[in-house]
Amino acid sequence: MAGPMADEMPEPPGDQALGPGQAPRGEGQVPVIAARGVTKHFGSVQALRGVDLDIYAGEVVGLVGDNGAGKSTLVNILSGGLQPNSGTIFVDGQRVSFSSSLEARRLGIETVYQDLSLAPDLSVWANIFLGREQTVKGPLRLVGWLDRKAMAASAEADLERTRIKIGSVGSPAGRLSGGQRQAIAVGRAVAWGSRVLLMDEPTAALGVEQQERVGELVSSVASQGVPVLLISHNLPQIHRLCDRVVVLFRGQVVANLRPAECHVDDIVSWITGAALGARRSA
Amino acid sequence: MPVRLPAAFSPPASAPPARPEGASPGERPAWLDLVDRVGDFWIVGVLGLLVLVFGLLNTQLFTKGAWLSISNFSVEYLLLAIGQTFVILTGGIDLSDGAVLGFTGMMSGWVMQGMLNSGDSSLLTTIVGFALAIAIGFLIGAANGFLITRLKLPPFIVTLGSLTAVGAAPSLVNGGTEVSTLPPQIGNIGNGAVGGWIYTTFLVAVVATVVFGLFLHRTRFGLRTYAIGSNGLAARRAGINVDRHLVWVYAISGLLAGLAGMMVMANQAVASPLSGQNDELDAIAAVVIGGASLFGGRGHMLGTFVGTMIISLLVTGLVLVNVNGSWTEVVTGIIIIGAVALDQVRLRLAEL
Repeated sequence: MAGPMADEMPEPPGDQALGPGQAPRGEGQVPVIAARGVTKHFGSVQALRGVDLDIYAGEVVGLVGDNGAGKSTLVNILSGGLQPNSGTIFVDGQRVSFSSSLEARRLGIETVYQDLSLAPDLSVWANIFLGREQTVKGPLRLVGWLDRKAMAASAEADLERTRIKIGSVGSPAGRLSGGQRQAIAVGRAVAWGSRVLLMDEPTAALGVEQQERVGELVSSVASQGVPVLLISHNLPQIHRLCDRVVVLFRGQVVANLRPAECHVDDIVSWITGAALGARRSA
Repeated sequence: MPVRLPAAFSPPASAPPARPEGASPGERPAWLDLVDRVGDFWIVGVLGLLVLVFGLLNTQLFTKGAWLSISNFSVEYLLLAIGQTFVILTGGIDLSDGAVLGFTGMMSGWVMQGMLNSGDSSLLTTIVGFALAIAIGFLIGAANGFLITRLKLPPFIVTLGSLTAVGAAPSLVNGGTEVSTLPPQIGNIGNGAVGGWIYTTFLVAVVATVVFGLFLHRTRFGLRTYAIGSNGLAARRAGINVDRHLVWVYAISGLLAGLAGMMVMANQAVASPLSGQNDELDAIAAVVIGGASLFGGRGHMLGTFVGTMIISLLVTGLVLVNVNGSWTEVVTGIIIIGAVALDQVRLRLAEL
């Protein structure tokens, strides 16, 4: 059982801030979620080699890196789906260790997975409430009788915030378009994520207009104080949306950039390792 | 209760194909809307059609005798098919339920015989007999589920193993001979008919269908059963204890096989070591004819009920039109393949 323990969270080691504008927005505050020295290997493959990451309230943080840099592994560790080989996760400064994604979700950490994690045969509302179903009051509660009306109504309200038209929340998720299904996954995470939103490629299947809407949604969630960690290959979008961009390179954080102070090309050169080489030779 | 059947797409592991982003729904021809509206209940039409065809060929189909025969025949298959529906919805299969039916009946009959011989009251004996059959069925089912989830073995293999092992067990009980020393209550259940039209055993099966149908379609347990078959990983991420849920699902299948064992015993007034053999295939057929996908996630208890009635109707109907009994199985086989093929065509049309 993951319980917050009153362990001191160490300061990040000094070398973490490599890029320009390294000071996080919430300096002096306690990060909502933080990783310290997180490593993860799969067999002989070292996916993460001691990652430190701080995410502060209200921030939109971009997590970028080439394929295999460890982005999804890091998100899976933060969301409780994977357990790190070493290193620690802190939530609001309290040390936690998740043995399942359920425990992370109980702390308000919601994830939009790359595969969307939807059951195609279940209705939209059932997908949104799966695992947290509402039951009716009274004796039927004992057999787990579902309050379908209440869940459908509240699912409708949740999805309204995404402003992507779903049609009926009663239709099976699998019958919807790729964009609509992505909207369900995002809407579900926004509805439940009270502390942190982790988004693994949330706009990959979306058209331009719908990407815009998800972008607006991300900004509005962050403005309500819930930080968002956004993985995307769409660097112009990352550059536009994020307050800060963290670059992973071969399982390590190599840069902490402020889009306001750098160009998309700077991010690219960190992703490819070109900037790292330049810095080493300097 | 117009519960829409969920749509089946490619096998469950992969993501369903996305409709192209720009596809507008406005250009569908009108006949496709008709396909949508007939939707998932076309199998009811097939049942109606069969009734019509057999009825026209021989009006005896509409007699009380034919109805009693059809409904009586359906009892054991219906009870097995209810549990099988839960199992198939999770993407699994239970090949052992016919064997469990036979074994629970024999065990229960053997114990009841012993109790009667030692002077226990027949009412107490009956109650113990029922409880024992249901408990043994539950435990065998739970053991199936445990092996499938803890040892990560395929359901097909585990239940094939228990089909073989449990299937041989009845011939080890009571020297492999029928038990006919049973309490009179058992015989009364088998002979009893409400208003002369509805056998008590059929009533039990229908009540079980309604109760488990509501459990499947209206409760958290049912919703999670669908979710596990539809996308097991998503179910796990949603915090569902998938392994524990599956143990319950197989236990329900075993429990209903135990109840079916008692109903068969009541119907025949003896506990026979031959009961239940190959029943699992008819139960699976009924579920599949009823529209369930063997990949999981899609199916409906009402469909299972209709599927069972179609199989039962075929057996009686083909006798009424003087067709050799072996043709029943030929026709059942054709209907299984036809039902699944038609369903696939319908789903492809629904995606247009």
